[in-house]
Amino acid sequence: MKRVICLAWISVFMIAGNLSAFAGNLNLFEGMKGTLRIAGGTAHIPVMKEAAKRIMTFNGDIQISIAGGGSGVGIKQVGEGLVNIGNSGRKPTDEEINKYQLKMFKWAIDGVGVVVNPENKVKALSKTQLIDIFSGKINNWKSIGGVDKPINVYTRDKASGTRAVFWKKALDKGEITAKANFVVSNGAMKSAISSNPYAIGYVSVGYIDKSVAPVALGGVVPTLENVKQGNYQIARGLYSNTKGEPSGLTKKFIDFIFSPEGQKIASEKGFIPVQ
Amino acid sequence: MKLIDHSIEKFFWIAAVLSLSITVLIFGFMVILGFPLFKGGQFFELLSQPWLPDYGTYGIYHMIVGTLSIAFIGLVFAFPLSLGCSAFISVLGPKRFGQILKKTVQMMTGIPTVIYGFVGIFLLVPIIRELFEHGSGMCILSASILLAILISPTMILFFSDSFDQVPKPFLDAVDALGGNKAQKILYVILPYSLRGVITGLVLALGRAMGDTMIALMVAGNAVALPDSVLDSARTLTAHIALIIAADFESLEFKTLFACGIILYLFTTFITLSVRSFDLMPWRRK
Repeated sequence: MKRVICLAWISVFMIAGNLSAFAGNLNLFEGMKGTLRIAGGTAHIPVMKEAAKRIMTFNGDIQISIAGGGSGVGIKQVGEGLVNIGNSGRKPTDEEINKYQLKMFKWAIDGVGVVVNPENKVKALSKTQLIDIFSGKINNWKSIGGVDKPINVYTRDKASGTRAVFWKKALDKGEITAKANFVVSNGAMKSAISSNPYAIGYVSVGYIDKSVAPVALGGVVPTLENVKQGNYQIARGLYSNTKGEPSGLTKKFIDFIFSPEGQKIASEKGFIPVQ
Repeated sequence: MKLIDHSIEKFFWIAAVLSLSITVLIFGFMVILGFPLFKGGQFFELLSQPWLPDYGTYGIYHMIVGTLSIAFIGLVFAFPLSLGCSAFISVLGPKRFGQILKKTVQMMTGIPTVIYGFVGIFLLVPIIRELFEHGSGMCILSASILLAILISPTMILFFSDSFDQVPKPFLDAVDALGGNKAQKILYVILPYSLRGVITGLVLALGRAMGDTMIALMVAGNAVALPDSVLDSARTLTAHIALIIAADFESLEFKTLFACGIILYLFTTFITLSVRSFDLMPWRRK
């Protein structure tokens, strides 16, 4: 019993210690009140959640809700005024920017990496091979040095910014086979690949961990370091967009993401901070 | 006192009208929002085209095929299972064990479908993938097996309720004639409760077609027309869940109303057929 109490005290001190260490950037939210609605890109979610958690712990009067949906949804919803911040894993098009008077904030850079199951022996592909796999032309792992099993291609739906970047920069806008399995988020992609030894798919580099194996493309492995150095080309900015100039809580939130603490969260979650 | 009676009566009347009008309004809502499709004459094209948004065709034919095949195959799995199970509960099994089984089945009706989907991904999908070595294991077969588990409780409870309604003298007569339990089921109980069996079957079909989570998680959602039960397929419900994220003004989004209308009509048709079946004069000899 004594030990439990002791442990409880230690954790209390640790939490308190954490709070005071970060209070510098969180002071932005002193005395603020209200709700902030965020939606869009699923790659952004880990960072958004962590930031929201810290802000709401610091100031209980602030409510922040975070939804996914994909980049298309983020842009659309912020433009229609349904949310305060719409995240996108691609730069909004000029048409979208003009239509909604979007203001873009690019706070991190993220690579999109090809991933397979860790059991898979194929750990490197050429670009042509990748294009052929996704179009369905290559449909057995054997022909590219793997086991004699059909390749299971996984893809995202069209509202996904991850898909948009991957399609443009990795597949050169090539076709994706209609036989591909569809998953709805970066997280769902990761769990699908990690449970299927014959799968291939693509996720935000921030999501790559031990449960999936990154595949080198043209000799370059999609790692944080390679994206940062510019060696790995399939990368994109992570944007938070607002309708017009942000103000109030929305502005504070974006300031926080660009603050040292916010940028540190981004790098902890596997992205390359811009500052 | 009379006032209370009166107001209660009014209250129920309003509740009835409200729930009826909501049903009608939802249909109206879908028709109005899907109206541009009807006007352009695209609605019927949608029913026969494939889904290739890159090439400008937004047909939902493949999803209709997906929905129907997953639902019917699920039913094929579930029907014999449910029939056997309810026969066991009502007649064949020891009474006590039957009761325990029935309670378990009742409990099963409350399990959220997302749980089945979750279990399916981790247990069933790998087995199917390794067993048949065809595709990712996320396929029509996996989805229908899970759907079968989902809809069985509905059928089992419906069947065993209608088995229990067979008048006792009929059953005693079988015993008196020296008939065994199998004969009892085959010649007395089944013919007597045929109506209940068919109603349960049709209701379960409706539930199978309306389910979203299992198909979304386990059927793989591929847009190609499936040519075997081991191919992955997309149902109308999963399609709506996937495309709802698209741009509101895009044609992709508008076609969702066509999906909604089709699903609505399917389920309405099913419900109406159950009702008319109930109203039909039924001769028992």
